[in-house]
Amino acid sequence: MGDKSISKQYFPLATLLLFFLFLGTTLLAQHHESKVDENWKEEALQQDFKAGDMIIEHITDSYEWHILTWNKTHVSIYLPVILYDQGEWHVFSSKHLHHGEAPYQGYHVAKEGFNGGKLVRTDTEGNEIRPDYDISITKNVLAIFISIFLLMWIFISVANSYKKRKGHAPKGMQSLLEPLILFVRDDIAKASIGHNYEKYTPYLLTIFFFIFFNNLFGIIPFFPGGANVTGNIGVTGVMAAFTFIITTFSANKNYWVHIINMPGVPWWLKLPLPLMPIVEIMGMFTKPFVLMVRLFANMTAGHIIVLGFVSLIFIFGHIAPVAGYGVSVVSVAFSIFMDILEVLVALIQAYVFTILSALYFGMATEEAH
Amino acid sequence: MQLINPGFGLIFWMTLAFLIVLFVLTKYAWKPILASLKEREDSIEDALQAAEEAKKEMAALQAKNETLLKQAREERDIMLADARKIKEQIIGEAREKANKEASIIVEDAREQINSEKQAALIELKNLIATYSIEIAEKVLRQELSDSKKQQAFVDKLLKETQLN
Repeated sequence: MGDKSISKQYFPLATLLLFFLFLGTTLLAQHHESKVDENWKEEALQQDFKAGDMIIEHITDSYEWHILTWNKTHVSIYLPVILYDQGEWHVFSSKHLHHGEAPYQGYHVAKEGFNGGKLVRTDTEGNEIRPDYDISITKNVLAIFISIFLLMWIFISVANSYKKRKGHAPKGMQSLLEPLILFVRDDIAKASIGHNYEKYTPYLLTIFFFIFFNNLFGIIPFFPGGANVTGNIGVTGVMAAFTFIITTFSANKNYWVHIINMPGVPWWLKLPLPLMPIVEIMGMFTKPFVLMVRLFANMTAGHIIVLGFVSLIFIFGHIAPVAGYGVSVVSVAFSIFMDILEVLVALIQAYVFTILSALYFGMATEEAH
Repeated sequence: MQLINPGFGLIFWMTLAFLIVLFVLTKYAWKPILASLKEREDSIEDALQAAEEAKKEMAALQAKNETLLKQAREERDIMLADARKIKEQIIGEAREKANKEASIIVEDAREQINSEKQAALIELKNLIATYSIEIAEKVLRQELSDSKKQQAFVDKLLKETQLN
């Protein structure tokens, strides 16, 4: 029975590894020595180390997954670019963009500004315009795919072990995750929502573990970690939007009464100038907005600090190698400290996002008292 | 600025991926996990309740035993007391009966003695009377040996008779 169960157990892992191998062999840099690459190398040799650019490159999304630069050669996973612009589809590998240095099919990666790091085309007046729909599989999209694959694999196998070990004590992965599941159910959902918490528990568990996994993956400095998924405002925005939609759609009469005609407030705050309703309606939107910004800012800030400490080594090393070695000790110590703090923050931010979502659901479904 | 400019593609894929993960995990992970957790909690709750009930039952049983024991003890005491009473009663009765019988015997004895005594007395009286008569006869024979004396005696007797 041993062989069979082991092969069954490791089958998803093997599939995952094969998937990455395939990605690696098909999309990885082929060390082609094209002209553009040569030019880029020349440029890179002349460039000084720019901490700001490096940090921004690490915390923003990109069309390729940069793994490392060895001997001035970039090793990256090239991801597909999918654009729909002016009624036409453009699908090509990001290899053709040469690390954002070259245009392809009229599109290039904007260097700076509001659209920095994103594919744009230049119109006749020289303005950079984003394509109508850019649904490229970017670094963050791939990281999301990997994380949801892992989440589904882990939790479905945990669910199976619950079925298999019915009436027994939890074991292995199950016993690792059960306290977290119970924590979300009892201390977040039940505590914040009240008697009808069961309807919302699956959503709360999903966002909790999605944020927690991606936060942890963001701390791992190399592939498949390292993508700043939860530090991306688009990702946090989508989750905040889900919370907003669920809150609004599950809201009962009492919730709307509190927004339109807040009880226990002097009438002159509602008539003739509806001050309270305006504040309450604004509150409906600021709540998810704050959710979005908090997670994004916390994760991004943490990454910036760690990267900043690492950058110090190179900045000092550029001044004098000895200084670089000297600073490296301090920098690494601080980076380790920050990384440990980030592990804590990963859990705390997942908790905060989840408990606030639960509180909003609780407010929306609270009965009049 | 580029940090706060979300990419359309990322939002699109994130929404899609999140919906998929939400649906799949809800159906295949959270529902079975939460159901088994609840089941386990319920079974633990039931087991605890059963233990509590067993404990209560045990206590009730013990209390019942105690009362039974107490009752038995009381019954034994009552029985003992009854036995003692009966014993005393029997002894008392026996004593009374013995007394009565003894007194009857004594009475009988006394009566017998009395009658014997009476008989003896009667016999004695008779004897004395016989002796007296013999003595009187002898005295009279001696006294009345001459006629004068006889006369005198008759006179005297007559006199006495007149007086009567």
